[in-house]
Amino acid sequence: MNITIQHGRLIDPANGIDTHTDLHIAEGVIAGVGEAPNGFEADSHINAEGKIVCPGLVDLRARLREPGGESRATIASETAAAAAAGITTLACPPDPSQPIDTPALVDLIRHRAKQSGHCRVLPLGALTQGLAGQQLAEMRTLKQAGCIGVSNGLQAVESTAVMRRAMEYAASQGLTVFLHAEDPWLAAGGCAHEGAVSVRLGLTGIPEAAETIAVARELQLIEQTGVRAHFCHLSTARAVRMIARARYDGLPVSADVAAHQLYLTDMDIGYFDTQCHVRPPLRSQRDREGLREGLKQGTINAICSDHQPHGADAKLAPFPASEPGISGLETLLPLSLRLADEGLLSLSEAIARVTRYPAEILGLLESGEAGSLSVGARADVCVFDPEPYWELRAEALVSSGHNSPFLGWELKGRVDCTLMAGELTYHTCD
Amino acid sequence: MRRHSLQHDGEGRLRHLLTTEGLKRQQIVDILDTAESFISVSDQQVRKVPLLRGKTVVNLFFEASTRTLTTFELAAKRLSADVLKINIDTSATVKGESLLDMLHNLEAMQCDMFVVRHADSGAAHLIAQHVAPHVSVINAGDGSHAHPTQALLDMFTIRRRKGEFAPLTVAIVGDIKHSRVARSQIHALTTLGVSELRVVAPKTLLPADVETLGVHVFHDLDEGLRDADVVIMLRLQKERMQGAMLPSEGEYFRTYGLTEERLEAARPDAIVMHPGPINRGVEIASSVADGPQSVILEQVSNGIAVRMAVMSMVLGRAPAEGEGA
Repeated sequence: MNITIQHGRLIDPANGIDTHTDLHIAEGVIAGVGEAPNGFEADSHINAEGKIVCPGLVDLRARLREPGGESRATIASETAAAAAAGITTLACPPDPSQPIDTPALVDLIRHRAKQSGHCRVLPLGALTQGLAGQQLAEMRTLKQAGCIGVSNGLQAVESTAVMRRAMEYAASQGLTVFLHAEDPWLAAGGCAHEGAVSVRLGLTGIPEAAETIAVARELQLIEQTGVRAHFCHLSTARAVRMIARARYDGLPVSADVAAHQLYLTDMDIGYFDTQCHVRPPLRSQRDREGLREGLKQGTINAICSDHQPHGADAKLAPFPASEPGISGLETLLPLSLRLADEGLLSLSEAIARVTRYPAEILGLLESGEAGSLSVGARADVCVFDPEPYWELRAEALVSSGHNSPFLGWELKGRVDCTLMAGELTYHTCD
Repeated sequence: MRRHSLQHDGEGRLRHLLTTEGLKRQQIVDILDTAESFISVSDQQVRKVPLLRGKTVVNLFFEASTRTLTTFELAAKRLSADVLKINIDTSATVKGESLLDMLHNLEAMQCDMFVVRHADSGAAHLIAQHVAPHVSVINAGDGSHAHPTQALLDMFTIRRRKGEFAPLTVAIVGDIKHSRVARSQIHALTTLGVSELRVVAPKTLLPADVETLGVHVFHDLDEGLRDADVVIMLRLQKERMQGAMLPSEGEYFRTYGLTEERLEAARPDAIVMHPGPINRGVEIASSVADGPQSVILEQVSNGIAVRMAVMSMVLGRAPAEGEGA
């Protein structure tokens, strides 16, 4: 099946392209940009006039809840939401209900994702068995089963010695370690940023130091072990500066931020808005500015959804007892585009943060598996209309999780169609 | 901003009482004035007024309490309301029925007011957000967040003893960090405009950024008490020792416990308050708790009048426009 996407504005940050041109797809791979290659004949055309054509989005972190949490969401429901959001590749971290510490679990997730066919799902394997932070997971076996990296999810590896061994072993197997930097003791029992808002509301605070102390420890261990490491969902300005310095010193670390952290602060909790209960917590305005600055400078490479779909009950509880997390897939692109509207990033740079850079972090860019529209690369493409304003409404979300603090927000930019390896996984009309 | 006016109706009157934060000065004064009129009710032979006849008040206590529960019950009965107490230990929440399901069931039984105590901050707000339009919610303590009726009865007690708030120096001593009473007192006292508001505690018992609430921070009791007109002692929970917040009860008493000797730093006519229940010999010496400057028992009896005032004002309101009767 050959497809030509015509008349669009093609933005491919990995190749430095931002121009009005055609994109040709043959047998699931990019066949050419601009003039059709010799002998190429399109079986179908997509008219992208007035639209932007970019690589399919790559989301570094989305929970799909399956297996184990099917009452909240399934791989089918969430990958469909991903496709509707222009996402063609997503990484799924382990968590206690699906620790991804056996090849069987990896197979199951990949199989279900393949069956539903909406989005490529890349499981991150466990760093320690059962995420208990004691024994190393069978990382080599997990890699062979298809894990592209390892992580302990949101579970802390309390023992510094175990973390060191885990990094050493991961480095030996050529695996990137994805880190949630949070000191478990300082964060214990906390549900909001420790500061003026938590004082007022009588909520147990999670201090800034819970993140910076963990970042400091991990940076030391990364340097010592030589592992390739990635810091997930940073929340503090100080941690951003620590990572900038480490990078300057030549440490191979990357970092991402959850889209909601770029827009919300602890003030948005107002009087106990449980939709703003997230982990790591929404922090101060100063932190939000620090995260934005880090993104602009490139210290923070990528923006992710940190998608956590919940049923309605999860948020219908007193704030500390409510479940943390936001259903974020469908706001990833519009919130990223808004950064360009606000002048923080250029449009091409904003797109790069959800395509090229996350693909690079997952090791998929060079091989042409994701993140670019290079000739010969997999034809993962997102076509979106950058202009329309629309209001985020719960009932219009494709995800099973309707938990979002952005409900009622006016967002700009809508996905028209998504192609994964040249196959339409989502389209609005025709 | 809807979320900021949750406890007010469309006309700015109290529909719920969830926190002292955001109450207008005049609103607090009105509550205290109304409470004053109820003080005489307690002194009469027949201690009842028919203000809430035909109304049903439900005490929903998810956390144990003797004093607060009893005074709410008495207050409701003296207003001639029907009072129902739900014992949460044996109720449905333990059987997996959600908090909100339970509420809706109670609403279906035509209740008019929920008096809620819960161990989680924000519980009363959550309930207020989801009750039917004709139902009012009174927060009787949620986590470390707020305990507005306690703070109001403290204001009432201070006003009866001291008259004006403006010239007063008030010191709140003890576990501010975990205290919903302290938070509600701080909001009420800053709204009423006392001359100086102090908190006295080691850093382990103070929330980070506590100054943002408008208080002066002291770590030394003698300095914190100097020339104070009102000294409010807070209860110290025994759990604080396990959390490595304090070395021992003994050291706490020696450092922050109120004794007759320490009290001398305050003004000679200073009053000593405590929301109860008291840990004698931990935060306060018996000789002070039972001494001439203590108004602790007065606080308890004032609690009934203040709760009567709040209940009658909230339930006695004519419905605002757009609000179901």
